[in-house]
Amino acid sequence: MSALLEIKNLHVSVGETEILKGLNLSISAGEVHAIMGPNGSGKSTLSYVLAGRDGYEITQGDILLNGVSLAEMNPEDRAIAGLFLAFQYPLEIPGVTNMTFLKTSVNAVRRGRGEDEMDAASFLRFVRDKAKALRLDDDMLKRPLNVGFSGGEKKRNEILQMSVLEPTMAILDETDSGLDIDALKTVAEGVSAMRDAQRGMLVITHYQRLLDYIKPDIVHILAGGQIVKTGSPELALELEKSGYADYIGEVVA
Amino acid sequence: MSQAKETIEKETVDKVQSLAGEKYKYGFSTDIDSEKAPKGLNEDIIRFISAKKEEPEWLLEWRLDAFERWLTMSEPDWAMVNYPQIDYQDLYYYSAPKSMDDRPESLDEVDPELLRTYEKLGIPLFEQEVLAGVKNRVAVDAVFDSVSVATTFKEELAAAGVIFCSFSEAVKDHPDLVKKYLGTVVPKSDNYFTALNSAVFSDGSFVYIPPNTRCPMELSTYFRINEPNTGQFERTLLIADKGSYVSYLEGCTAPMRDENQLHAAVVELVALEDAEIKYSTVQNWYPGDEEGRGGIYNFVTKRGDCRENNAKISWTQVETGSAVTWKYPSCILRGDNTVGEFYSIAIGNNHQQIDSGTKMIHLGKNTSSRIISKGISAGKSSNAYRGQVSVHRKADKARNFTQCDSLLIGDTCSAHTVPYIETKNPSAILEHEATTSKISDDQLFYCQQRGLDAEEAVSLIVNGFCKDVLQHLPMEFAVEAQKLVGISLEGSVG
Repeated sequence: MSALLEIKNLHVSVGETEILKGLNLSISAGEVHAIMGPNGSGKSTLSYVLAGRDGYEITQGDILLNGVSLAEMNPEDRAIAGLFLAFQYPLEIPGVTNMTFLKTSVNAVRRGRGEDEMDAASFLRFVRDKAKALRLDDDMLKRPLNVGFSGGEKKRNEILQMSVLEPTMAILDETDSGLDIDALKTVAEGVSAMRDAQRGMLVITHYQRLLDYIKPDIVHILAGGQIVKTGSPELALELEKSGYADYIGEVVA
Repeated sequence: MSQAKETIEKETVDKVQSLAGEKYKYGFSTDIDSEKAPKGLNEDIIRFISAKKEEPEWLLEWRLDAFERWLTMSEPDWAMVNYPQIDYQDLYYYSAPKSMDDRPESLDEVDPELLRTYEKLGIPLFEQEVLAGVKNRVAVDAVFDSVSVATTFKEELAAAGVIFCSFSEAVKDHPDLVKKYLGTVVPKSDNYFTALNSAVFSDGSFVYIPPNTRCPMELSTYFRINEPNTGQFERTLLIADKGSYVSYLEGCTAPMRDENQLHAAVVELVALEDAEIKYSTVQNWYPGDEEGRGGIYNFVTKRGDCRENNAKISWTQVETGSAVTWKYPSCILRGDNTVGEFYSIAIGNNHQQIDSGTKMIHLGKNTSSRIISKGISAGKSSNAYRGQVSVHRKADKARNFTQCDSLLIGDTCSAHTVPYIETKNPSAILEHEATTSKISDDQLFYCQQRGLDAEEAVSLIVNGFCKDVLQHLPMEFAVEAQKLVGISLEGSVG
């Protein structure tokens, strides 16, 4: 079976600096992969380049989603193709309610896929159900997007967006950062609830603790712009004990 | 630059170019036989206009007096706008569809070409069509170049005692009211453009709401400039008698033409005791093309007088069109406990220049005013808020709150805020808040990751930015205005 997401020998530069140096990764539908790595290893660069952010230049290699190259696609077309990025720092948009944003987003994606837009009433019901599952207040749907949201609320809101957009490939960029343990559990539950046989997930994190709640199938260690080790979930536990020092050394050597 | 980025930018440019044709969808012109006064401006032209309209002697004298004053005045140069010298002798000052000469009694007699124009613009002139639709009913006065084509729902309004007609008709049918109020809010020689308007004004709307009457429907005037090289000088006079209420909306469009066209209007509002006027504008004159060719010069004086106690006047404007805008809808808070409000969205794209704002003149006791201004600049546009809050000696306990927010899109546009605040009364409380922000690449990327294209993302962010003002528009127009905001900014990102 071919992979859902296939990253082949990916080299990425920001300005003059090469950040990713030949990264290979293959995620099949139904799998949850975790990428762990020290600061500066290229974790955020990977999430941005997958989502198509300006300024991240692919100098070599390719990214394929369902066999189709994303490299030349703009960000919205990648979203329409089924890629979702939960942001480490979700952005605020004053004056635009969460609900309006969700509706605009879902309808943009549906339009892009040649599907009919959802009418207001059925969309409202659809979102309310999703929000309930994540224990989000209705009130939060009426507030301007992320404005005045706590760290936990912002992250839960990212997961709400994910559950509403139902992507085939979800990337979670440091979703645990800034969360207390209760918020972490709620977020992880939300993510775990979305695991299914059609969907791939890539969880990018610095710490092991998120992986206690979102159990990955495979763990990779990213250092110096490359995957330096791939293993079972136990790899994350080892890392928690020994730290990243070994791997950083490996690359330098 | 990466190939991907180049592709995206090229796609954006292509998309914008493909949109440019439909971007200003009101840009068509109507091929119709017009009767024009000869080019240029002199006493004879004024006499010609006055005679065309069969005006009484006093109004002709009034015009001629304004003209004499105009000759001694010079064009204001303090606004932050630049445009080539206007040759006032190279313009037509009167243009009317020939078919209107026979004074059609009903719409059946109006030239079908004119009716088609309004159909294309989406302006309902047939009352039964309005009734059939789900839309709330709005009475319309349609002004085409220098004349009013039709006014709808006149009879129904008359039953409520409301007078809603073209200015020319008002001069004939209600001369006492016109004579009593004309020029009492905006004096003839208030400024260069009001003097010009007073001399040559052609048509416009007249509204009178009798005491203790709530106008039974929204009133609106739709202005259309069609003929090339023709100035439009309309005049609106709206009087809300004691204890009355009216909500009024004006809309404006013009064909796309390579040369600039002059529009110098005067609007006067009078609110008597306990009366309230809500005046909304959706200004969408042709803004010129991407290179800054063509477009309307919009030099407008609008002023409301809260003449007696407890009166309230509220201006809401969405300014998206015109090459150059010079406009400061103001309130004179003359009575005690009067309220003045100004809610504004001004959007500049490409080479548009905007110098707009308001004046709140506090004369009475316990007067309060509120100014919410949202300026959006994109492309190579320049957008200045210019506002005056002035509290006079006897205006005890005057209050003002001003909030001016500017949003910049890209790095070739500019925003300016020029507030003048003066008080001669120590009990006044005046607040002024101002912010300037930019749509960040992060915000755009976030929206794009959620499936919105760049244009849609900008439109969403801008609509959020304008929300405080949009919610003050009459509901029927809020949705349209929201769309307009998006359309005006097409091509602003790339």
